[in-house]
Amino acid sequence: MADLSKPTEEMQFIIATDVGSTTTKARFFHKKDGEWRFLVAGEAPTTVEAPYEDVTLGVQNAVREVEELTGHKLLAPEGGMIIPYDGEKGVDLYCTTSSAGGGLQMMVAGLIKSMTAESANRAALGAGAIVMDVIARDDGRQTYQKIQRIRSLRPDMILMAGGTDGGASQHVMEIAELIKAAEPKPRLGAAYELPIVYAGNKTLRPQIEELMNTGFALEMVDNIRPTLEQENTEPARRAVHELFMEHVMSHAPGYTKLMKWTDIDIMPTPAGEGMAIQLIANTFNQNVLGVGLGGATTNVYSIVEGRFVRSVSANLGMSYSVTNVMKEAGIDNIMRWIPFNLDKEEIASRLMNKMIRPTTIPQTLEDLIVEHSVAREALRLGLQHHRTIATRLKGVQVERTISDMFDQAVEDSYVKMMNIDICAGTGGLLSHAPRRIQSMLILTDAWLTEGITRMMQDSVFMMPHLGVLSTVYRDAAWNIFDKDCLVRLGTSIAASGQEKFGEKVMDLKIEMPDGKVLEESMKLGDLKLIPLGPEEEAKVFVEPAAHYDIGAGPGKELEATVQGGVAGLLLDARGRPLYFPEDDQKRKELLIKWFKATNLYDEKELEALI
Amino acid sequence: MVDQETEKKTNGEETEEAHAYTPGLKVKKATMVEKMRRLPLLGEVFVKEGDTIEHTDIVARTEISGDPEIVKISMILGMEPEDTPRYMTVEVGDMVEKGQQLAFYKALFGLIKKEVKSPVTGTLESFSEVTGQAIVRGAPIPVEVDAYIPGKVIEVMPKEGAIIETNAAFIQGIFGIGGEVHGEIHVVTPQNDQVLEADMIKPEHKDKILVGGCLVTLDAMKKAVEIGVSAIVSGGIRHDDLTTFTGEEIGVAITGQEEVGITVIITEGFGTMNMSQRTFDLLKEFEGYSASVNGTTQIRAGVLRPEIIIPHNLVEEDEGEALSQGMVPGTPIRIIRQPYFGAIGKVHSLPVELQQLESESMVRVVNIELDEGNVVTVPRANVEIIEE
Repeated sequence: MADLSKPTEEMQFIIATDVGSTTTKARFFHKKDGEWRFLVAGEAPTTVEAPYEDVTLGVQNAVREVEELTGHKLLAPEGGMIIPYDGEKGVDLYCTTSSAGGGLQMMVAGLIKSMTAESANRAALGAGAIVMDVIARDDGRQTYQKIQRIRSLRPDMILMAGGTDGGASQHVMEIAELIKAAEPKPRLGAAYELPIVYAGNKTLRPQIEELMNTGFALEMVDNIRPTLEQENTEPARRAVHELFMEHVMSHAPGYTKLMKWTDIDIMPTPAGEGMAIQLIANTFNQNVLGVGLGGATTNVYSIVEGRFVRSVSANLGMSYSVTNVMKEAGIDNIMRWIPFNLDKEEIASRLMNKMIRPTTIPQTLEDLIVEHSVAREALRLGLQHHRTIATRLKGVQVERTISDMFDQAVEDSYVKMMNIDICAGTGGLLSHAPRRIQSMLILTDAWLTEGITRMMQDSVFMMPHLGVLSTVYRDAAWNIFDKDCLVRLGTSIAASGQEKFGEKVMDLKIEMPDGKVLEESMKLGDLKLIPLGPEEEAKVFVEPAAHYDIGAGPGKELEATVQGGVAGLLLDARGRPLYFPEDDQKRKELLIKWFKATNLYDEKELEALI
Repeated sequence: MVDQETEKKTNGEETEEAHAYTPGLKVKKATMVEKMRRLPLLGEVFVKEGDTIEHTDIVARTEISGDPEIVKISMILGMEPEDTPRYMTVEVGDMVEKGQQLAFYKALFGLIKKEVKSPVTGTLESFSEVTGQAIVRGAPIPVEVDAYIPGKVIEVMPKEGAIIETNAAFIQGIFGIGGEVHGEIHVVTPQNDQVLEADMIKPEHKDKILVGGCLVTLDAMKKAVEIGVSAIVSGGIRHDDLTTFTGEEIGVAITGQEEVGITVIITEGFGTMNMSQRTFDLLKEFEGYSASVNGTTQIRAGVLRPEIIIPHNLVEEDEGEALSQGMVPGTPIRIIRQPYFGAIGKVHSLPVELQQLESESMVRVVNIELDEGNVVTVPRANVEIIEE
């Protein structure tokens, strides 16, 4: 149980931070007239880089911004916060989440390169990691070369496989000894124990445990190759994924110092975000798909029929991982969202520059549109990855190629957009999008919502903060969440299917709150935004064309009550999959039509770019 | 329409100090540089504390056993394995030269002669009377760690290596590829805003560290490899050129292991980017000096940036600025993002209230007086302090 400065009901001021890989966000909360509300935000670049190499400096700077904006003194001269609030200065509670450690770069090791090591490689890739190297007995390198490699790469985690159950033992132990001898020095400071996942010959577990019991955080899972013919990557993949979230991503230089400042344990950002997304599902009692789009990672959460699944794509993000999004998605997929002429090389250079200077933000509209394009691809890939995890449980798998595995998993996933009732987004880019419709359309484009989907987002990025706060003070967290955090964007009505461009997709009758009835006939390629306020509802009657589905089946009509929001009602007849003309000029024209139809960006500035 | 809530209290005043925490890349004329040099396996350390050593000196060394060669002695001699030992001419444990006789057999008064020679130089490790095979282990392979930088040994790690310290100019790049190399600094472009082209690279640049201005071309990198240049230091590089040159697209920035025949360090970023005048001038000042260069880059928490170390005997600068220093009016800074990428100026003012950018984002900004005299507004996140 947390050691709090005073009972929660007596608290008046709370400060919470999230130490992101790129930005540290401080959020200041205050209880006024018996009600907890969000007061002010302060942000500063996260200080993981030399010469600072101490995340607490970024925390101080973010909190100092809160001090400057409110005049309320918070920082103690000796470091940390002034606790408790004494009627003039200080706060009653300080809590934080962290994802400062960034992405997951790991090494895998196995006996035979084409067998166990390959299976381990697949498991690591499936967990969203970048595999820095694959070590095997037969990889053609001398032992000392492998040790040098482990040392110079400073992996975040090692997945070790080798031997079938009851099979090879001596050689497996040799690999384990090699890893031990390398004394890998983690990049995240002395307090960090390097996680090792052992997924090899299960009869060797006692010896492995004895060898690795100091200096490593050892996790043992089912053998990745129980027999020569069988491959079972799932337990290793899940272990890598969980260990990453629990051990790697929250750690960073200065973590130990930060721990001393907080009243309750530091929580990994995705754990905090996940709690907030679950809160949405519980409140509305609906299927929810949520995302935290960060600088190094993209965290996707689904709650479908009560089942909660979280995936952390360790190398999809908007700053440190931005060029990895470009690599994984392909630059052409990023460029398809850009409606003006911009040279491929120019875009690639800008993204590389963002990656090497991750804390910068777009100043021009052109730069903002480029980042929004990357965000769509990061979210799309993040959902693809999520679907490989949100699958019905599988038994032991026979070896398949990566693409087989991927296709199969997507097919097996129960996360289908037609069944999702609410989409919610958080993270710097989505929360700080200058216009709310931007995050609504980014989410819609990336995930291709189908049927009727309510869209929500985090107002100024405080879902992780409220997630961690809710562990000790649920009422305050919920109050702020409902009143100041959860922004109702509106509802998207999208027909699934794709026939010919310009032909009818759906007819709609919309009974507005004032009793007026709007009639819309949407053709393939059309997109329309109807204003409908946050507290408003409308009745819609949708009649899809023969090959289009709005949720009741192909060609079947549907009647529903839909909620408005700060953006409104988005009528989407762009097809599923999304229709893009092959001709580049026509593609740009269509994009501009969508942008203008939704008032996505300042029209004058946009015209200047075209 | 700007519909994002900005429920922030502002008092309209300007702060006295603000912080810019973009990469604190070091560009120092004189500083103490320490390097740990460590063997991958235990071995012998050849230096002792207080020694003055050169960058090529071997700090520590170990040996790993050579490759085994299997010699089918009985089969070659045409006899049973158990009969073979008496025809062996060397004993297990003996050193042998390549071509040296291992076994000899003579019959019929010398009319039939058969012999077996060693395929490699090494040691006769074993002979099996079951298989009739001998194993000749090749000579041990030495694994050495050199000093990388010349200087003084300040600490010895028994059986592992040592820490070396030197007084040097120290320049960190923003991104690099390739590992540790050495060479003499040679500035190729007359100015920091010129492109390093292939035709500027001459045979006499072999083993040198070439410094260019705003861009190094793909052809220049290829020519440099052809000639045997050790490293290239440039302001910028094209993304496409880097991908073609290394043969793979960079996903996350974890480099240093590329085997491309050269080390490349970028000091500013991707695209055409003038090398910062300070960096360029410093490299020019040390033209002709020998330098140690490493392109290894890891951009993630616990970041590693590429480095250029130029040892010299000039007096050490006073250190310890940077950490506590923030931006105040007058602080020299550089803009690191469009639309003023690369522009240099001084902090004019630091408004505390949020301001709207062209992108419509509401952020804290800094007003900068550029060297040309005009004042521009940029997000505080988009500048870096120039250390003086």
